[in-house]
Order: sequence, then structure tokens, then C-alpha cells
Amino acid sequence: MAFSADGNLLEVKNLRTYFETEDGIVKAVDDISFQLKRGETLGIVGESGSGKSVTNLSIIRLIPDPPGKIVSGEVIFDGTDLLLLPNEAVRRIRGRRIAMIFQDPMTSLNPYMKISKQLMEMTRLHLGHTKAQAHAHAIRMLETVGIPDARARADNYPHEFSGGMRQRVMIAMALSCEPELLIADEPTTALDVTIQAQILELIKTLKHETGTSVILITHDLGVVAGMTDHVIVMYAGKIFEQARTAELFALPGNPYTKGLLRSVPDPTAEQGKLYQIPGLPPDVARLKPGCPFAPRCDHVQEICHREFPPFVQLTADHHSLCHFAREVYSESGGAPAAA
Amino acid sequence: MATNKHTDETDLIHVAPEMAVAEADVRPAEAGEFVQGTSLWRDAWRRLLKNKLAVFGLIVVGIVTLASIVGPTLIKRTFGFTPDYIPTDYPTLIRSFPPFTGPNGEFSWTHPMGTDNAGRDQLARVLQGGQISLFVGIIATLVSLLIGISYGAIAGYFGGRLDNLMMRVVDVLYSLPYVIVVIVLLSMFRSQTPRGQLTLLFIALGSVSWLTMARIVRGQVLSLKNQEFVLAARATGVSGARIIFRHLVPNTLGPVIVYATLTIPQIMLTEAFLSFLGIGVQAPLASWGSLAADGVQNIAIFPWQLIFPGVTMALTLFSLNFLGDGLRDALDPQMRTV
Repeated sequence: MAFSADGNLLEVKNLRTYFETEDGIVKAVDDISFQLKRGETLGIVGESGSGKSVTNLSIIRLIPDPPGKIVSGEVIFDGTDLLLLPNEAVRRIRGRRIAMIFQDPMTSLNPYMKISKQLMEMTRLHLGHTKAQAHAHAIRMLETVGIPDARARADNYPHEFSGGMRQRVMIAMALSCEPELLIADEPTTALDVTIQAQILELIKTLKHETGTSVILITHDLGVVAGMTDHVIVMYAGKIFEQARTAELFALPGNPYTKGLLRSVPDPTAEQGKLYQIPGLPPDVARLKPGCPFAPRCDHVQEICHREFPPFVQLTADHHSLCHFAREVYSESGGAPAAA
Repeated sequence: MATNKHTDETDLIHVAPEMAVAEADVRPAEAGEFVQGTSLWRDAWRRLLKNKLAVFGLIVVGIVTLASIVGPTLIKRTFGFTPDYIPTDYPTLIRSFPPFTGPNGEFSWTHPMGTDNAGRDQLARVLQGGQISLFVGIIATLVSLLIGISYGAIAGYFGGRLDNLMMRVVDVLYSLPYVIVVIVLLSMFRSQTPRGQLTLLFIALGSVSWLTMARIVRGQVLSLKNQEFVLAARATGVSGARIIFRHLVPNTLGPVIVYATLTIPQIMLTEAFLSFLGIGVQAPLASWGSLAADGVQNIAIFPWQLIFPGVTMALTLFSLNFLGDGLRDALDPQMRTV
């Protein structure tokens, strides 16, 4: 487990994942690159259908094929390109070194299997535990994630658990082999607000204890602000903006990000209508040339409909996909680095 | 604060009355110990017990099965004859006595169902026939479970081309009238010994009985495999075979059990039909079908030769069907209206 020279645990380069549908080729993820350092948390935000989940399923090669296909790109995890590995090798990495938490805890546990069995499956598979070891480990994990009376509850079935507890179980399962990378795909979307806070707090604590890197997919900007070091904003399969979290919130360099930030309700402003970005996300099967966000953008110019925008570097680690990235950035109060 | 929250959650869960039952089952378990399943199956069992017809079916099937298993031995112990014992020392020419009647027309407990043409005890014959009929039904159903589940689950899980190919094979086999297939199979490989004939019957019935099961399981797997827990299992590195047989197949058990209980009487009926035609079970072995075939020849003179095997079979098949229907309602309440 050698550290790569730049400290990157994961490096995604020019990833393209397309789906062949009856409507044509859907470019769900189109030329995406990003890095994740060890111990850091990366947030991926975007509307539904922007390619967040597909990006992450591509990383562990779980794209349903057909119709999906990783067309090109590299996913370099700890020095090896996962896309070149044989299936068996990837299977040994899944769950062991890269674990996932899914959106809906109600359906991501097998309803016919005891909680303990499901947790044990993981460690027996990857860590070679005996039945007794795996059982003890499962109970330890359940205690870690705060399931009260874990020993007794371990032998319950999923339907006897509430949503929040099931998500805790999912987290316990994901972390039971101490993975180096945890991908949390909207882990709190299906939960109510108080449970959301608990689950996020739990992920945060466990991350600090184990030093796991985390990719957090969400459409909740509040979650991103509190949890992540870096943020990627995705739209129509592209990265629209990429920056350190604090920078992105303070000095957004993309009209889409600005729109998203404006759409967050402000509890101090009681009156007035909540802002929303007009229009709907485009159909990625029928993208026109030009900027995919152009029809909804308030900075739109004639060039936006004609030419695909450049990926402008604003500062050392702040990029934005926009013809007018510098202008938008200065408007926010930032001083873009010289071109 | 965190601990408070958990207790609240736990309390909330246990407010529901059906969960209170589950709570009673919760006890500390030692590592690796087998722990009794909770309300999932228990619930189904409770619903089954509420269904009077199903309970009736369960009791009758239980009695018939038990009687078939221990009956012949018991009769041997009590009266000293086996089902195929042909007495040689009767004073009269006619050896078929009515129920509860001895060789001289007197009342006797020896043959509660009378005797057949050769003087064999009808009760012992019917019980032995039950043994074979039930055995044929159960074995053929087990074969259908084994082949049908694996075949259907594999086709459903892998999908695409493989699924298409596998299911077209099933369609082709389906389109053959299976009774004719079985008849052809049985007459082509006609065996000399009764045991051999019985084995052939198993093979013939088993080979056609799995088709519907494969379709049912495939349909279930198709709808299950897109659920998130399958993705979650794949994301934890579980292999394809394990996902199919440990995660998907247990989830299809409800419909599978229902269909299996309904397959048993169906197979038994087919067996009876084949034996009735004379190509199934052969003497000295007996099944309800072959007994009925013997009996129907003498129906005007010795009606009990047909009535007893016929009624026993009808009762058992009815009961199995009631039980199957009851199980369907119990395991799959949404299907009720269908």
C-alpha cells in the first residue's frame, strides 16, 4: 500500500461513461477528472441526472452493462487503474478497499437475511474471518455505529430496524473491512432531518477515527459545506466547477454554482420568494452544441449557444467550466490568477 | 444526546403490536449460535392457521402421509400380511370381500377396506399406493425445485442473451404436450422391473415439471435484481453465484413454496393418470392410480375396489390444493385477489 508520490488515493482521468438507449447515446458522465487525497473528503453535488451516481458506480465498475459502458478514461486507485483490472481483482477491491453506502437504506439490505449475516458476509469474504470471528466483529461494528443492544439486535431482520438504524447498519457494513475509500451516495436523502444530522456526524467521526477518504454525493449544499474539503459541481455529465469547499461557497466562479447557492433557503430572510434556477436540466441524450447550461443561465451570451465553454483555471485548485468564468469569479469578489 | 435518540427509536419500533412479538424473541445470542427466525415466517404461519380450509388440508395431508409411511408396517405387525400378500387358503372362489367382512361373510376387522380380486388387503394396498403416489409427487417436485430454481435464477440474473436463449428452450419444451412426452418416454424406455419403471416415471415427471418453476423464479429474480440490496451486495464484492443463491433465491421463496405445494398434487394426478393408463407404476407395486385402474374393471360387482383408492386420492389432492392456496394467501397477501 505504497503512497503514490502526490498523495492521491484516487485519481479519475477523463472518465466517460455512456449509456446506449433507444433515444440514442446518453453521455451520463462525459470527460470527468478529479483527484482525492488520502484522508480527505470530496463532495459531488448536482441535480438529479447530472451524473453523480454514475461517476461513482464507474469507479468501482458497477455500471450495468448493457446498456452502460465506460467508454474511456482511467480510474487510478492507489497506483492501479481499476478499469484495466480483471473482474475478479475488482471484486476483491469492492467492499475491502472501496466501500459504498447507498441512498435508500430501506431497500439496500436484503430483507430475508439477518443483520448479522449480512455484516458477516463481508468480513468472511474479505478478511477470511471464521463464523465466530465475523459474528464478534459484526457486533463490534454495530456498537461502533451506535446500535443500542447490538448483540441482541444483530439477529433481527432489516424490517425490524428503522430507517436511521438501517443506514447505520449500512455504514457498519461499509466500514467493517476498514476501506481506504468510502463512497456515500446520498446517504441521508431518504432520512428525516434529525436522523440526517446523526448519520452525517457518524460518518464524520468514523472518518476521523479511521482516516478513510470519503466521496460524498449529495444534492444538499448544506451537507457539503459541513462535511467536505473539496467540492465538485456536476451538471449534464460534466464538471462545472471544482474548488476547495470554503472557496466555492465564498467565491463561486460559475453561474450554475451561483444559482445553486442562491436556491438555498436563508433562514434569516423571512420574506420573499425562494430563488430557483429557471428551466429543467437538459436531456443528456440530445445535447446541443454549446454550453448545456446556456438555456437556463442568467449570464448567457450569444457565444454560449455556439461554443462549448472552456474549463478555466481560476486559482491553483479552482476550476470552472464557463466562457465567463473570470467575470463571474470577480463578480463574486475573487481575483482570478492571470491566464 | 446520541444515546437518548437511540432509545427513542427503539421504543418507537416496539410500540407496534406485531413487533412486540418480535421483541419477545430478542435475546442475547452467543456467537455463531442459530437463532430462531422472527416474525417473517411466524406471521405467515399465523395467517395460515386462520384459514380453516388450509388447516383442514394440513391435517388431512399429515394424516395420510403418516398413515402411508407407518401403515403397511403396522398392518404387517398386527395381521401378519404385506400389501402384496396373496392368500392361498380361501374356502370360496371369490376372494374380493367387502369392507369389514371375513372370508365366510362374517364381520371382521382384518380388512377394513375389503380385499381386491386376488384377496390382497385393500387398506394395505391403498396405504402402500399412497407411499408411492406421495413419493412420486414429492420427488418430482424436488427435481422441479432444484432444476427450476437454478435455471430460472441464472437466466433472470444474467439476463440479456443468455436469458433469451434459456427461456426460449423453456418455451419450446412448454409447447410440447407434456403428457404425450411422458407417455413416449415411458413406452420407449419401458423397463422390465417395477422398480425400474418407477425410476423412469420419476425422470419423466421431473423433466417436465420444472418449466413453470423456472419461469416463476426468473420473473421474481428479474424484479429483484434491480433492487438496491443486490447492488449493495455487488458493491461489497460478493460473487455472482453467491448473489444468486444466497441473496436472490431466498427472496423468491414465498412464491416458490406456494407453487411447489401446488405442483405436488398436479404431479400426483399425472402419475395416477399414467398408472391408470397402465404405463406408470406396475404390480406388485401399487399407486392410487393403478389401484383405481384395477378397481374400475370390477366397479359393478366390487365397488369398494375403486371407491377406497379413489376417495383417498381425491381427499388428499383436495387437501394439498387447499394447503397450497392457504400458503399463497399466507405468504403473499397482495396476491389474494388474483
